[in-house]
Amino acid sequence: MAKRAAPEVNAGSMADIAFLLLIFFLVTTTIETDSGINRKLPPMEESDEEVIIKERNIFTVLLNGKDQLLVEDELMEISELRAAAFKFLDNGGDGTCDYCSGEKDIASSDNPDKAIISLKNERETTYKTYIAVQNELVAAYNELRDIRAQALYGKSFAEMQANYKDVNWQGNKDKLKERINQIKIDYPQKLSEVQ
Amino acid sequence: MSKFNKKKSGDMPAVNTASLPDIVFMLLFFFMVATVMRQNSLMIENNLPFADQVEKLDKKDLVMYIYAGKPSENFKQYGTETKIQLNDKFADVKDIAAFIAAERADKREELVPFLTTALKVDSDANMGLIGDIKQELRKVNALKINYTTKKGSVLGRD
Repeated sequence: MAKRAAPEVNAGSMADIAFLLLIFFLVTTTIETDSGINRKLPPMEESDEEVIIKERNIFTVLLNGKDQLLVEDELMEISELRAAAFKFLDNGGDGTCDYCSGEKDIASSDNPDKAIISLKNERETTYKTYIAVQNELVAAYNELRDIRAQALYGKSFAEMQANYKDVNWQGNKDKLKERINQIKIDYPQKLSEVQ
Repeated sequence: MSKFNKKKSGDMPAVNTASLPDIVFMLLFFFMVATVMRQNSLMIENNLPFADQVEKLDKKDLVMYIYAGKPSENFKQYGTETKIQLNDKFADVKDIAAFIAAERADKREELVPFLTTALKVDSDANMGLIGDIKQELRKVNALKINYTTKKGSVLGRD
């Protein structure tokens, strides 16, 4: 019996097959965006009790149908909004806020706990502008919280939150949670939307 | 001229392509792993706005998606007004309550309070519709919402 070597399988077309699959996946792939601005809607309430809030503690932001921005009765560009909101929140007019570094203007907000940002938009406002405004207002809060966290714990607030979510983080999560909550109490996010 | 003839005598070895499949397979596996199959096929334009203060939605199974935007090229017969899309179908504002109820019924009971509604809305949509959606969500007590955005600067890009 003649010993014959088994003929080698021709693998030349393997690359073609793989390419075919590759191109299929390339075409069907859509990188899903799964990040965004989290908000909490106010619950439906039956009672209509009037809460009296002082005028100086409210920061009114109005977006009209032509996407123009009116902040505290003055026209403003979106690029200036963050700084204006920052100044308002960090004002500390009544002196009870010892960590605020604002101007302590008595005509502006009393303390971060009382300061409320009121956002009103019209039906014709475009979503893009609305998101831009929301983003700037959230950014103002985040900046303040970052500064506070840096002063208290030597870490930025964003970093603390990232650590809290990270399963591999070595450290005391209960303590971290407490610290995060402390900062949230110092600068509560009071953003109300008018219907 | 003999200079040139010389080359012909020595045969050029063919480039070894034996490792080409390996390389291609590597790419293939990368894309297979990175791919997220779309749950819904969109019938609307969905050009999300940009924002930079974003948080990640980490529990994907606990998210309900509400899409809104203009009907896309292929669905022009539905008009040019901004429409809501729920689960592969155009829907009305009043269908949202039923949609949320159906989504909740799908999930385990203890997970229901953690459900988030992600609003994937086209950047050119009007806030009027969003206001209506939000009102509807408040009625069914689905209060956690997320405005899904792309990551980028708000001011620089359109």
